[in-house]
Amino acid sequence: MATNTAVDVVMPQMGVSVSEGTITKWSKSVGDTIEADETLLEISTDKVDTEVPSPASGVVTEILVQEGETVEVGTVLARIGGEAPAAAPAPAAPEPATQPAAEEATAAATEGQAAPEPEPTPAPAAHAPQPAAADNGKAFVSPVVARIAAEHGIDPTQVPGTGTGGRVTKKDIVAFVEAGASPAQPPAPEPQAQSTPEPAQPVASAPAAAPAPSAAKPAAAPIPATVGSAQAGETLEPMSAMRRGIAEHMRRSLDTSAHVTSAIEVDMTRVVQIREKLKKEYQAAYGVNPTYLAFIARATIETLRDYPWVNGELRGDQIVTRNYVNLGFAVELADGKGLIVPNLKNAETLNLLGMAKGIAEIAKRARDKKLTPDDVAGGSFTITNPGGYGTFHGTPVISQPQAGILGTYAIVKRPWVITDEDGADAIAIRSMMNLTLTYDHRLVDGAYAGRFLRDLRERLQGWGETDY
Amino acid sequence: MAEKTYLQAISDGLRTEMRRDNRVFVLGEDVGVYGGAFKVTLGFQEEFGSWRVIDAPLSETAIVAGATGAAMMGLRPVAEMQFADFVSCAWDHLVTVAAKQRWRAGTPVPIVLRLPSGGGFSGGPFHSQNPESSFAHIPGLKCVCPATPEDAKGLMISAIEDPNPVLFFEHKHLYRRIKGEVPDERYTTPIGKARVHQEGDDVSVITWGAMVYTAEEAAKLVDASVEIIDLRTVLPWDKQAVLDSVRKTSKVLVLHEDTRTGGFGGEIAATIAEEAFEDLDAPVRRVTAPDTPVPFSPVLEKAFIPQAEGVANALKELISY
Repeated sequence: MATNTAVDVVMPQMGVSVSEGTITKWSKSVGDTIEADETLLEISTDKVDTEVPSPASGVVTEILVQEGETVEVGTVLARIGGEAPAAAPAPAAPEPATQPAAEEATAAATEGQAAPEPEPTPAPAAHAPQPAAADNGKAFVSPVVARIAAEHGIDPTQVPGTGTGGRVTKKDIVAFVEAGASPAQPPAPEPQAQSTPEPAQPVASAPAAAPAPSAAKPAAAPIPATVGSAQAGETLEPMSAMRRGIAEHMRRSLDTSAHVTSAIEVDMTRVVQIREKLKKEYQAAYGVNPTYLAFIARATIETLRDYPWVNGELRGDQIVTRNYVNLGFAVELADGKGLIVPNLKNAETLNLLGMAKGIAEIAKRARDKKLTPDDVAGGSFTITNPGGYGTFHGTPVISQPQAGILGTYAIVKRPWVITDEDGADAIAIRSMMNLTLTYDHRLVDGAYAGRFLRDLRERLQGWGETDY
Repeated sequence: MAEKTYLQAISDGLRTEMRRDNRVFVLGEDVGVYGGAFKVTLGFQEEFGSWRVIDAPLSETAIVAGATGAAMMGLRPVAEMQFADFVSCAWDHLVTVAAKQRWRAGTPVPIVLRLPSGGGFSGGPFHSQNPESSFAHIPGLKCVCPATPEDAKGLMISAIEDPNPVLFFEHKHLYRRIKGEVPDERYTTPIGKARVHQEGDDVSVITWGAMVYTAEEAAKLVDASVEIIDLRTVLPWDKQAVLDSVRKTSKVLVLHEDTRTGGFGGEIAATIAEEAFEDLDAPVRRVTAPDTPVPFSPVLEKAFIPQAEGVANALKELISY
């Protein structure tokens, strides 16, 4: 159904911990017609990249946030249907100040139906290039303006713009700097008032308290050291949101947990035999491959019952243990340019078949970029499986705030000393695999980790025909 | 110091070098008895004799090839193409032999090719082109495009002195229309150095040849301080002068009379984007002729060659950006 009243498209809440998102691509432009549920735009959050479907059918009348911009959850991104705005796209910066106006306008449109002009409306849609403080920051910032802003620690949105559409020109920002502007300030574009440090909370906090940020005028904040031009033979490419997220998380994890890794050798011969038998059955009946990973995951879940701290978390000075396992799996993306760790919620309720299905399904969604942020949040323990490439050992990084991560490695046939029923030793050809447990030594002790690995090994080595 | 036309200044430069250096001689179609199609060498044969002012057969190939051979034997030939358009007949000798000889064999080829170029007088597609960008793409050549009488004389002398093949693009529309003070004595204008034709703060126009005057006219039509950079030489070109101006104004218009695609303005715009990106406050604009042959019809030719009004409009857009 096409709408007469405008429908707002807002930045969706992509999972509980996500507070903002970046517009990566608009699939439609202003004036295009769109069907409900047709993809309107693509967004990127620090958890996932996803498509946002249109909430209604109609004409895209306004696009308020441009590609590359990052906005808070709930920010109006576009409007579908309703009356096209009279003049330039209304600045819909999520400033509290402009919000009521925007809502009022929407409300008026709702009631007024097709009425040409719902009277007063404090329309923010001013045509003339007046210093549209609310708008110019959302508009294009030219390279030279960006550079001057960075050098002087200025937020360009605070500079009154006189260029086309209120754009901040080089002259505007140079004048702003010469007028003695102070660095990035909240509202009030009144440079004079801000240059005097306001003793709002005089010596309120400890002696260590730095001078109020308003007073601190970073002398020409240097451009981040990473900015620069490529040397001969080098190529530069910007980090994706995912890569930034991974980089931040990996560093933070190593700075947080006391990583220790223990390894154990597991005789997987029985599992190999049983899997061979089950394979046909599972494939034929359920279309699912009972992977080694599914076996290991099942055995891990069972073992975690006895070692709750491995499935636990240090939260402040509390130790968190759980009666469930949200089991994470590290999945490499199809383009090889990223890794994501979705988790199977309540994996302790899954049998071998359910586990195999669950892993296959979530890995596929990860590769197809169809994960929801909740798929990647709330994990309690993680398995990473680099063994597919033949590696026999590794020291994975813990996915925070978990306490451990299990590494599984290549299964290879090796000569192995076994003891038969008569107590005689013999060398046999066995399918061997190494497992590592990397744990946070703040919570998990070495002996505890060793016992966990031992029990896990026993479960795998003693896998019975009827176990599932 | 005397006021001279652009054409007289070229003539003056050439005569100065011929009087000073016996190795310098001119050759071309009708350069002798007739004094050249545009009378640049009028009276030269009387003064220097027919062995130093040679009427060549109607073959640009023979003219350039002969000049190249003479240069390799130690002479300093200055060859005239009646119109720059015809140099294409000599492409092989110029581009394959003269431009590469020094690299290939170490022998300098100090030839000068005088190339009367440009439109504005209904010369049509064969007599109006500005082929400098074709040659600016050839390593081993130098290309100069003076805009003022003073530079025309100084660059002519530099071109003759230079040990490399130098293409001297002299704009026909400037020949008698542009007059200026020209020093009487011998002097050189450096190849590869631009000139600030007019200083300004708000927007830069990078141009050369006859378009310098179009830019000057356009600057009068806008309410802003326009800086005009006259490149004077497109190969090698004065990158530093251009970047300095870009860093000052942050807004750039590249203007040339040649057609757009593959025109030298693209090279300038790309260099600005590469080396002065963080100084730009607006996209680099180009104003050029469209991608067609030069039309005969005066009305169409006026629409083809960038005019002051069009340049002014582009300047206004840049200023208000």
